[in-house]
Formats: sequence, structure tokens, C-alpha cells
Amino acid sequence: MAVLDFDYMLGLIPILLGYLPLTLELAGIGMVLALILACLLAVVRVLAIPVINHFAIVFISFFRGTPLLVQLFLFYYGLPQLFSSLTVIGGVTATILGLTLHFSSYMAESIRAAIIGVDRSQTEAALSIGMTNGQLMRRIVLPQATRVALPTLMNYFIDIIKATSLAFTLGVTELMGATQKEAAGSFLYFEAFIVAAVIYWIVVELLSKLQHYLEARLNKAYSR
Amino acid sequence: MIELKSLSKHFGSTVVLENIDLHIEKGEIVVIIGPSGTGKSTLLRCINFLEQPTAGTLTVGDLTVDVNRASRANILAMRRRTAFVFQNYALFANKTALENIAERWLVVDRWPKEKAHRKAREILDRIGLADKADAYPASMSGGQQQRVGIGRAMATGAEVILFDEPTSSLDPEWVEEVLGLMKQLAKERQTMMVVTHEMSFARDVADRVIFIDGGRIVEQGPPSEIFHNPQDPRTKDFLKKILTTNPV
Repeated sequence: MAVLDFDYMLGLIPILLGYLPLTLELAGIGMVLALILACLLAVVRVLAIPVINHFAIVFISFFRGTPLLVQLFLFYYGLPQLFSSLTVIGGVTATILGLTLHFSSYMAESIRAAIIGVDRSQTEAALSIGMTNGQLMRRIVLPQATRVALPTLMNYFIDIIKATSLAFTLGVTELMGATQKEAAGSFLYFEAFIVAAVIYWIVVELLSKLQHYLEARLNKAYSR
Repeated sequence: MIELKSLSKHFGSTVVLENIDLHIEKGEIVVIIGPSGTGKSTLLRCINFLEQPTAGTLTVGDLTVDVNRASRANILAMRRRTAFVFQNYALFANKTALENIAERWLVVDRWPKEKAHRKAREILDRIGLADKADAYPASMSGGQQQRVGIGRAMATGAEVILFDEPTSSLDPEWVEEVLGLMKQLAKERQTMMVVTHEMSFARDVADRVIFIDGGRIVEQGPPSEIFHNPQDPRTKDFLKKILTTNPV
């Protein structure tokens, strides 16, 4: 068995870390947009708003039912073919679009379940003191649903971070793309990808820490 | 002043309330009794549109609404003139006792937070829970939660507070403190409609007792008449049953 080239690995760390900001940017923007879209979809589904509800059902079904990679290729290569004004849709834009639509469909379902789980009598209590539907969602239902949905949402956030690695197939040089290039130059594939794997791992671990902190905070109101 | 004219509620083909006519004066304490499943709770829920009534008109204060033509704005306005106390308290689990009470002022009346919280503390004082301002519902006893529920209703400044079996979910040890608070409100001549099986409360506090059976008002009058000289056989039958298990 060949010996690992540790010096190469050490030298690679700062180089690859230089591409981490782009990975985090893809993941961060994807998360925020997916969360906003998921909340809208979930509310549409819960209130069964006519017409849009059916649109939401089909939307969720499609984006949950097809591979993310297929969706990314569809946006990156397919959209410019349909709309000539989009002669170039950047790899970054296509990735963010794909991550947003794909993960919002999953997140919408867990947010919907969490909303339904909020005790119905609290909804009536909010209406009885004269709140509008919007006020009751914002002040009473969503804060409590957030607590229930948080662990699953954090899982999707972790998935999003890892899914950004697919952006390299669209020619985006993020952490995965940079690793691929480095490895192709040095032929030290194992060293390069183990460094990349550990970087992803550490980022995800930090996110898990954040999750525990948030859960503890949100559960404060519910402990006896 | 509250007035119901020919108020009806159907669930599909089931008639739950039929042509209820009722006039309640400001400051009047009305207790509604009757067998389970005869529309008592539905009557209260129709008055603040937690249930959409099927037909009739409803007046609370200066607002009269034909329930079939009630717009969203009408329903909201009607809800803001009435307050509701729930059997299972229904406190907002994500808010403290203080915040549960202040919520109406913060969100509906858009008061500044400082003023809403100051007024909420006054209510906490009146319901005897000043020391529980920062407690969340999960950490309070049933009796304390229901007192906060009543405090939240008081904060609405509504024309009428509707009590839907406010002590039915409580362990016996907490019933008295909740009834005590309700008696205090009655003394202050807060208009109240109370659905309850607490016959002693009805006897001691009510100005009028209404007996409902099968979705209709069968009999009504001062407690002394209803309890000691009921006219309708159904009233007699009901009182005989309930007074043996729940003596006045």
C-alpha cells in the first residue's frame, strides 16, 4: 500500500478552503430561498387555497420525484434552449435555482406537517381575540411549527451543503470542483478527496452544533 | 347588549341550533345548562363565529350582522366585541402568561409593547398571578392556566365574555379558584354567558338560567325558578339527574 502524501494534504487545505466561501454562498442562498418558498408552499397547502394548491401539489411532486442532477442539467442546458434571452444561465444561478426548487419541495412537506401539528384550539383562541389569519400564522402557528420542524429542516440544510458539490458538473469551481482540478493535476486523488471530505464534515458538524443550540432555545417555553 | 334573532346552526342535515331568540342586557350573567350535545357550546361558538351560523341575525353592542351576509370584516368586528374562554384553556404555548394577555393589545390594537405589558401586569394582579408573569403555560397548573385564559379574555375589553365549560377539564382542586375569579368578574358586572355543569355557580351567580335541549331554548328564568320550580318535564328530568351527582 502506498504511503499518503501528508505534505501535499497540508498544502492543499488552504487552497481548498479558498473555495469554501463559494460553497457556503451556494448553500446559504439556496437554504434561505428554499425556506421562504417552502413556507409559502406549506401555507398554500394548509389553507388549501384554490387553484394554487393544485399547482403546489404538482410542483412538490415533480421536484421531489426527479433527481437533483437531472433538474440542474434541465436548468443549465435546457432553459437557454427554450428562452433565447437566456443564452447563458450561469452555473451558479442554475445551481441556486435547482437547490431552491428541489429542497423547497421536501421542506414544504415537513413544514406543512408541523403546522398541522399545532394544537387547533390555539388557532381558535387567536381568532377569538380578533386576530386575522395572517397574524395568527405569524404570531402563534409558525413559531410553534418552527420548533417541530427544526430538526428535519436542519437535516435538509445539511443535505443542501453536500448537494452543492453537484455544481461542479455545471462547471462551477466550488469546493468539489477545485478538488477535482487539484487531484487531476497531482494524480493524488485519495489525498485530495479526503481533505475535501473532512472540510465538508467539519462544516456539517458546526451546523449540527448550531442545531442543538437552536433546539435548546426553542424548547425553553415547553419545559416544565 | 346582545341579541340573537332566529339563530340556527346546521351541520349538514343535522340541526344543532334551531331559531334561537335571546336578548341579554349589559352586565347580565347568563348561565346555560342542558344535556351534552344539545348545542350549548355551539351557541357560544356561533356568537363569535368560531362556527359560521346557518341563519339568523346577531347583535353585539352597536353591530348587527345577518349571519348569511357577514363579510370578513363583519366577522372580525364581531370577534373583537366578544371574548372566549375555552374548556381546555387554549393558551398560546409559545408565549408567557404576560404575553398571552398582552397579545390582543400588541397585535390587534397595535399598542406599544411597554403599554401592553404594563396593562397586562394589571390584569395579572387582578387574576392573582402577578408572580407568574414570565411563566409559560407548560409550567402552570390547570387552574392557573385557566385564570390566564380568563385574563386574556378580560384584556379584550369585549362586550361579553363567553365561557365554554371553563372548569370541565380541571382537576377538582383547581375548580374553586377559577369559579372564584368568575364570581369576581360577575360582581364587577362583566356581561357573561357561561356554559357549565357547576349548578352551585348557576344558583349563586346567575341572573338568568337558560335550559337548552335538542338545539332549542326549553325554559329560562331566574335560578330560583329554574331550580326550584321548573315547568318543562325535560328541565325537571335533567335537573333531577344532575343534582343527584352534583348537588347545589
